[in-house]
Amino acid sequence: MTSSAIFSIITFVYGAATLLYIAAWVFKKSLPGKLATITLAIAAVGNLAGILLRWVESHQMGIGRAPLTNLYESLIFFALTIAVLYLFVEFKYRIRMIGAIAALISFLSMAYAALKLNNAIQPLIPALQSNWLIAHVMACFIGYAAFTIAFGISIMFLVKSTGDMKPPAAQPVGMMGRIPAFDVLDDLTHQMVTFGFLFLSIGIITGAVWANQAWGRYWGWDPKETWSLVTWLIYATLLHARLMRGWKGKKIAILSFVGFLAMLFTYFGVNLLPGLHSYQ
Amino acid sequence: MTKSSSTGGEKHPVWKFFASVKLSVTVLLSLAATSVIGTLIPQNGDPEAYLHQYGESLFKLFTALDFFDMYHSGWFRAILCLLTINIIVCSIDRLTATWKIIFPKHPSFDANRFQKVKNREAWTAEKSPEALHDLYHPYISKRFSISLSKKTEDGYLLFGEKGRWTRLGVYAVHLSIILMVIGGLIGSIRGFDGSVNIPEGKSADTILLHNDPAGKKLDFQIRCDDFDLTLYESGMPKEYRSRLSLIRDGKTLVQRDILVNDPLRFEGINIFQSSYGEMPADHFTVTFTERESGLLYDVEATFDKPVDMPNGTGQLIVRDFKTNFSYSGFNLGKTFICTMIPTDKEPEPILVSVDHPRFDMMRKGDFVITISNTSFKYYTGLQVTRDPGVPVVYVGFLFMIIGCYITFFMFHQSVCIQLSAAGNGTEVAIAGISGKNRPGMNTIVRRISHHLQRLSTTCKGTPK
Repeated sequence: MTSSAIFSIITFVYGAATLLYIAAWVFKKSLPGKLATITLAIAAVGNLAGILLRWVESHQMGIGRAPLTNLYESLIFFALTIAVLYLFVEFKYRIRMIGAIAALISFLSMAYAALKLNNAIQPLIPALQSNWLIAHVMACFIGYAAFTIAFGISIMFLVKSTGDMKPPAAQPVGMMGRIPAFDVLDDLTHQMVTFGFLFLSIGIITGAVWANQAWGRYWGWDPKETWSLVTWLIYATLLHARLMRGWKGKKIAILSFVGFLAMLFTYFGVNLLPGLHSYQ
Repeated sequence: MTKSSSTGGEKHPVWKFFASVKLSVTVLLSLAATSVIGTLIPQNGDPEAYLHQYGESLFKLFTALDFFDMYHSGWFRAILCLLTINIIVCSIDRLTATWKIIFPKHPSFDANRFQKVKNREAWTAEKSPEALHDLYHPYISKRFSISLSKKTEDGYLLFGEKGRWTRLGVYAVHLSIILMVIGGLIGSIRGFDGSVNIPEGKSADTILLHNDPAGKKLDFQIRCDDFDLTLYESGMPKEYRSRLSLIRDGKTLVQRDILVNDPLRFEGINIFQSSYGEMPADHFTVTFTERESGLLYDVEATFDKPVDMPNGTGQLIVRDFKTNFSYSGFNLGKTFICTMIPTDKEPEPILVSVDHPRFDMMRKGDFVITISNTSFKYYTGLQVTRDPGVPVVYVGFLFMIIGCYITFFMFHQSVCIQLSAAGNGTEVAIAGISGKNRPGMNTIVRRISHHLQRLSTTCKGTPK
């Protein structure tokens, strides 16, 4: 079996996990919830296996390079980091709610890669032939995954806060009521943002050190560099607003939403702009 | 007159302005917003191209606002400067208060602070407070860097605390940014960043700079002994390799191959493989074909020297050569850039493509111009830089990562264990306080409480 075939199957497993998480949310049953967790874990393991297989395949082709070098491969790695990070959060905080959003994003990411992008294993262009590649890409994507989960939590926060406006009941019931309490969501957003911020910082720094080695400057205001800085600045604002000005809840959720948009543009949008990072 | 900052603890308004977090938030967001401009408008491009793309009024506006080189503009630097001052003032402002917390002269504990903490856990043990105290104290003093025990009326109070210093993490992050700014300044004042194209077999010692037309003369020559371009089967570039020799006073100092991710560093100067191309030899033949008669006129020519056009119609100057010249999105390939000076008209720019010799016919002039007898050889495109600020910036990078880790994932924690005699046994209560109320503190309290309960049961007795 080829890695591409594995990725196609895993895409469906992510889809199934998404449906199970939604079912767990709607019906409030523990069985679909447990099934959802198991399914997502299987998807993550398969996803990792596929990535390792692709690495082996590249060696068999005589190219031999880490499978982290173009949009196709990055989307597949992105799906994996989100699934793993979410499973960690679920394990640690015993919250299954965000699962629907995390699994959905992994599913969409894999589906887009499988349907729209070329899956051929290409050799590396000279600029990418460096040991910094793995550290740089991994750090960036762990950061992206953390911000994405923070975004998922913020969306739930915003949904819940608009939902709660309508009934004046003290205890919201039904699907809204099953969204975790505000302070839990707020705290989890903060945890994810700090985690993402650390890894985005590492990602930018490893990138700068690499750029200094390949291009002779550690910072050159290339669009990708600039947008990663913009993302960093927005999350830095969030952290300062929360820790120093005591911002909470909705304001933080909105900042986390804006930060996520900037992150998305750093990831995808920059390919539309001219620059050194447009590796399609 | 403004108030003095020393009287009555009231701070100077200017100081208060620069120390405010509101300013930080504003500056961070305006940096984020303005940085975007330079990604939407290509930077440091050709003014002609800008004029063509944006039209005259927008072009004038953008030029006035420095949008075409915004990251080096005064206003952008002013925002960066504001951020730096803000960080410095903020840090000093808060560090004076934090310092007293981090390094107290007499560390003391206030048991009352722990009374209303939510993570408080309590249980009853079948041992005397003294026995429990002897059991727990070694564990607490091992787990925490500072531990104290206090005798009370009915038992003991045990305190443990660690991680006061982690409050310094955020200052490490702030210092890291200052270091990056300083490193950047050192680089821009004492360093240079230029490029040079050297044909195979030739050498050069003057580097073209982006901001200085005079260029930069090195105290050694760079000779390109060889340039190799390797392609994959698919035609994608696999490797650019230049063999370089550095020569001073006729003596070869270094000879080495450089690759894209493997530069040559010598006496603080870095030489990077950045591009390559083909260069024509200095002499070539310009052919004028008269459109009406089809007559050919060949003239030997070289760069920047006017050649006469047939029948005294004017002069032609070959000015420049580009390996891949793009004209309205169409790649003309190897192209000479010329200026034609007709005797009776204004000079006009002319493109003569070697790969598309019929291109000049579209100009519909009296003569069609082609250039032939060109021989090409590879040149290597080198980026040559010197940046003494890099070590400072790299120390900043280290501080940033370590500081972020400390700030986000380590915290100041203290616990209080209360042992009070109750009948034959002891009532035990434990509560913990952390800096900024970290949720992690609850887990820590739970873990310690489990451990303590195990400690008192493993010796003897039953848990309750």
